[in-house]
Amino acid sequence: MHIPDGYLGPATCGFFYLIMLPIWTVASRAVKKTLNARQVPMLAIGAAFSFVIMMFNIPIPGGSTGHAVGGVLVAILLGPWAACIAITVTLVIQALLFGDGGITAIGANCFNMAFVLPFTGYYIYKLISYNCPENSKRRVFAAGIAGYLALNLAALLTGIEFGLQPLLHHAASGQSLYCPYGLNVAVPAMVVEHLLIFGWVEAIVTALVIKYLQKHDPKLLGIKKEVEDENSH
Amino acid sequence: MKTVTKLWVGLGILILLSPLGLLLPEHFKAQEAWGEWGTDKIKEMVGYIPRGLEKLSSLWQPPIPDYGQDRGGSVLGYMFSALLGILIVVSIIFLISKFLSKKDNL
Repeated sequence: MHIPDGYLGPATCGFFYLIMLPIWTVASRAVKKTLNARQVPMLAIGAAFSFVIMMFNIPIPGGSTGHAVGGVLVAILLGPWAACIAITVTLVIQALLFGDGGITAIGANCFNMAFVLPFTGYYIYKLISYNCPENSKRRVFAAGIAGYLALNLAALLTGIEFGLQPLLHHAASGQSLYCPYGLNVAVPAMVVEHLLIFGWVEAIVTALVIKYLQKHDPKLLGIKKEVEDENSH
Repeated sequence: MKTVTKLWVGLGILILLSPLGLLLPEHFKAQEAWGEWGTDKIKEMVGYIPRGLEKLSSLWQPPIPDYGQDRGGSVLGYMFSALLGILIVVSIIFLISKFLSKKDNL
């Protein structure tokens, strides 16, 4: 899901940088308001987890590979704005140091994986687990569904961004200038592989960690709420 | 052991296991992720290299391309990249948090 340099034209790259600027600004402010020093190690662990989980490429035998992002988990534990910051840092390091995702596409990649993914995941989790106790099974289920749907939405957006390129930019000869595949190819390719395989990986990873924390440290599942309560006093 | 400590240990285990993300795709003959092909592969697939793509794709030369897959034994290179990446990401988060977290809690 890391769009490399060259696949998106300048207009798309610029557009997503422009969209992300205010989001990053608001995220910094939101995190400044709610993050307390106790949570900093958790945020660092969340970013590191997202970084390493993306290195676990899952093969489709004879086909392509994909991976989980881990962003829904970070959003559930620390809130979507904190997750946005954590995943942005991860994506920037992946692009600059390891060439995973292009530097021109950092805006678009962050929009998909550091904004849409944690926010959708967070609110789906909140919705399904509404009013249920920290140790309820419904939380594990909610985490899984949130992971599955959020990763698939991010994959759909990535497919659309790829697929728009032949419409936006082509030479007089009809050849594409950037991503050569249109919506009819890019969207199904991205969506189907995530619906069938990679979405489940995000679902399982998210649900398992929530289950583990329920058993060993249920306080962590209430960490966000606790901070909000502290702030309202 | 505190949960946070356990989570750090968990990260360490993930670093050690990370080469699975390299070896499993190799074993199952899976290619790169959709839309993350090199220019040679694109030429093979569509018959030409899109001009803009060719220009932009070499814009940035990362110091450790593809998580060190081609360096010093790919498994070790990959694991080293996981460790290095995590160290840098963690340092940056701690650095950012110095500016972002509430002063009265520090």
